[in-house]
Amino acid sequence: MLRFLLQKLALIVPTVIGISLAAFAFVRLLPGDPILAMAGERGVSPERYAELVVRFGYDKPYIVQYFNYIGDVLSGDFGISIATKRPVLGEFQALFPATLELATVALIIAVLIGIPAGIFAAVKRGSWFDQATMGVALTGYSMPIFWWGLLLIIFFSGYLGWTPVSGRIGLQYFFKPVTGFMLIDSLLSGKPGAFTSALSHLILPSIVLATIPLAVIARQTRSAMLEVLGEDYVRTARAKGLAPRRVIGLHAFRNALIPVVTTIGLQVGTLMAGAILTETIFSWPGIGKWMIDAIGKRDYVVVQSGLLIIALIVMAVNLIVDVLYAVINPRIRVQ
Amino acid sequence: MNKKLTFAAALLAATVMGGVANAKQLVYCSEASPAGFDPSPWSGGNDFDASSRTIYSRLVEFEHGKTTISPGLAESWTVSDDGLEYTFKLKSGVKFQTTDYFTPTRDLTADDVIFSFERQWKKENPWFEYLPGTGWEYFAGMGFPDLLKEVVKVDDLTVKFVLNKPEVAFLPDLGMDFASIVSKEYADQLEKAGTKEQFTQKPIGTGPFQFVDYQVDAVIRYQAWDGYFGGRQKIDDLIFAITPDPAVRAQKLKAGECDIMSYPAPADIAGLQADANLKVDEQEGLNIGYMAYNTTQAPFDKVEVRKALNMAVNKQAIIDAVYQGAGQVAVNPIPPTMWSYNTSIKDDEYNPDAAKKMLEEAGVKDLSMKIWAMPVSRPYNPNAQRVAELIQADYAKIGVKAEIVSYEWTEYRERGKAKDRDGAFQLGWTGDNGDPDNFLFLLGCDAIGQSNYAIWCNQEFQDLLLKGKATTDVAERTKIYEEAQVVFKREAPWLTIAHSKVFMPMNKKVSGFVMDPLGIHRFDGVDVTE
Repeated sequence: MLRFLLQKLALIVPTVIGISLAAFAFVRLLPGDPILAMAGERGVSPERYAELVVRFGYDKPYIVQYFNYIGDVLSGDFGISIATKRPVLGEFQALFPATLELATVALIIAVLIGIPAGIFAAVKRGSWFDQATMGVALTGYSMPIFWWGLLLIIFFSGYLGWTPVSGRIGLQYFFKPVTGFMLIDSLLSGKPGAFTSALSHLILPSIVLATIPLAVIARQTRSAMLEVLGEDYVRTARAKGLAPRRVIGLHAFRNALIPVVTTIGLQVGTLMAGAILTETIFSWPGIGKWMIDAIGKRDYVVVQSGLLIIALIVMAVNLIVDVLYAVINPRIRVQ
Repeated sequence: MNKKLTFAAALLAATVMGGVANAKQLVYCSEASPAGFDPSPWSGGNDFDASSRTIYSRLVEFEHGKTTISPGLAESWTVSDDGLEYTFKLKSGVKFQTTDYFTPTRDLTADDVIFSFERQWKKENPWFEYLPGTGWEYFAGMGFPDLLKEVVKVDDLTVKFVLNKPEVAFLPDLGMDFASIVSKEYADQLEKAGTKEQFTQKPIGTGPFQFVDYQVDAVIRYQAWDGYFGGRQKIDDLIFAITPDPAVRAQKLKAGECDIMSYPAPADIAGLQADANLKVDEQEGLNIGYMAYNTTQAPFDKVEVRKALNMAVNKQAIIDAVYQGAGQVAVNPIPPTMWSYNTSIKDDEYNPDAAKKMLEEAGVKDLSMKIWAMPVSRPYNPNAQRVAELIQADYAKIGVKAEIVSYEWTEYRERGKAKDRDGAFQLGWTGDNGDPDNFLFLLGCDAIGQSNYAIWCNQEFQDLLLKGKATTDVAERTKIYEEAQVVFKREAPWLTIAHSKVFMPMNKKVSGFVMDPLGIHRFDGVDVTE
């Protein structure tokens, strides 16, 4: 197991280098200029522009800029935002819990609904339930998040008045964040109604963010289950006279779970991408909205460091998934 | 929801405000997060709304809803005959805000005024670079580094600005956001503690509201400053709920989650007007959307060609389709709400046949050109791409082929400045200080390579501009600028497209909100009836 872990960790190093290079290059390939973007429509004098280019080190060759950046990152300095002048790591730490909370709830919804739906669809293959589930999943997968979010807001918040329109908690609740997770902080605040308010604010954005992963997980579960259900050992289990629930739950599902777990792990990336739009619609103060703003402002520092941090997190999650994978399937460890 | 909010407001009062009963709360759905709370380094309207107009004050202030100035922190001022010395007498007893992070030991003095300007001006000032790479764009953009000779303390409550040259718009300039007065005592305290960056994170000013809390990208909280020299506000708590999407802002307003919102989407306005709980104020924007020809390039160097192209465009159709009625056809380079607007000037008639004939007479055949379309929506032009398409179709009717080009926003403006730029360039302007010069300078000879995208240098116009800047007599300046507009219209360096309207939807329980022609959102004087 240790060797397996070390092998996986060794793979991370070149990936991180690749990502840091990609993030560094990506933001510089975008048309636009961070100093002009910072100056806004009023512009900046050519003299001051020249000063600022030197001040930020953009006059140096790209290779020097890259190594300076990597050197800073290795010493734990992710830089200071060009636009807001706040440390990138500080901004990330302030905003990441909001994204994590939203993504976690979305993932829970996706898993809790997606897996059972996939299993039932596989077991009842060809039935109306199967067709309806897969039809809905396909629709969900193709749904433009922006449109879907607005639709839900207009119907549930505007028309029915059941859920709040946007934000993380009712504005009447004012307390200093302790953990950054609003569900926990609202409980810690001890204010009556705060937790319910935080929970109600989570409903629509998490449904919107869960939609695509839910569809993917349901479809993946179905196809994995169908494959496993056709295996000899399942037929044998059935022939032994095992109860269908045991056959499906123990023999089929455990084996079908392997690709499903991989899919769930990969959905972390999807969730991060989906968070960008979901957070913008629901005024959710997370890192998705932060990155979009930074790209718009050509804030090189935030974009390159933010992308790197996000990529590191996605890689860490995938590493955990790989380990879980090995736990579920001992053959992986041997390989 | 309203019941909930009332209860919440009461709860907030009990817990946060230290037991004030029935705390009045106003929730403003704002469009973007502020970059910081220092009023001077940034230039976005949302930055100003969150900092300078709430927390700070200036020596002079624009009157509510007008572009005329009135005393602010200065109770009076005198100007020397040569227009080079402005001496301000400060109000006595003006208090900086007392918060849990700063307790002032003295009132406002001339030292604070000097510090407020020198930190943006003098590179040796320890606060010039307190935020890495700050450009102080507005201070520089308004020409202050060249304009100011010195700022001198005469006594504790008297401060003198000495200029290098006369500047008629100097007083209105001092009413602008970048000229907000900050606390030197607070700055000294932070410098000593080695926490200068707090200056923009935990602001201290003399304005109507004091800062309470900012949850990044989510909520800004203020409370009325009890010691405000202009008198305590009627509302106790002011909350900015940051909501970037205009459709979501509209939904929040309808649902009672906020009381007032900025920049509704044109498509939402009718729905908001129809809501029984809401009212929608509107005002002519102090702006202009235009398309600048490159007057140095053939055939656009010929007045007849520019005139013919102007006559080919159906501007009313653009107003109807793109501004959705929320605008009016622009005739002059300054908006009609501004003093010195020349009402006697008639717009070029929309007449494709005459335009075609004019082009032929000018010897222009098979003209192909580019139309530049901004990649972003702006109050003065909500959809430049669509405007470009309409102009393209109009040009086709007179046999002119137009290709639409666009670039990333900063790239767009930089490329537009090039003297050999190919094609007509869409852009616009929103006024800073209500002075006609603040619009007309865009076309000055010295603005070529900067804001003069027509690359147009007309000596007659330039002389009038300089003449207008050299006198303080408003009647005389009015005449000068009226004449300048005549020259502009005759020479047609721009296609003047539109002045847009600005809308401000709010709950009917909100009273006292005055729309600002400069596009600022001010909440002093606002009340909420429960």
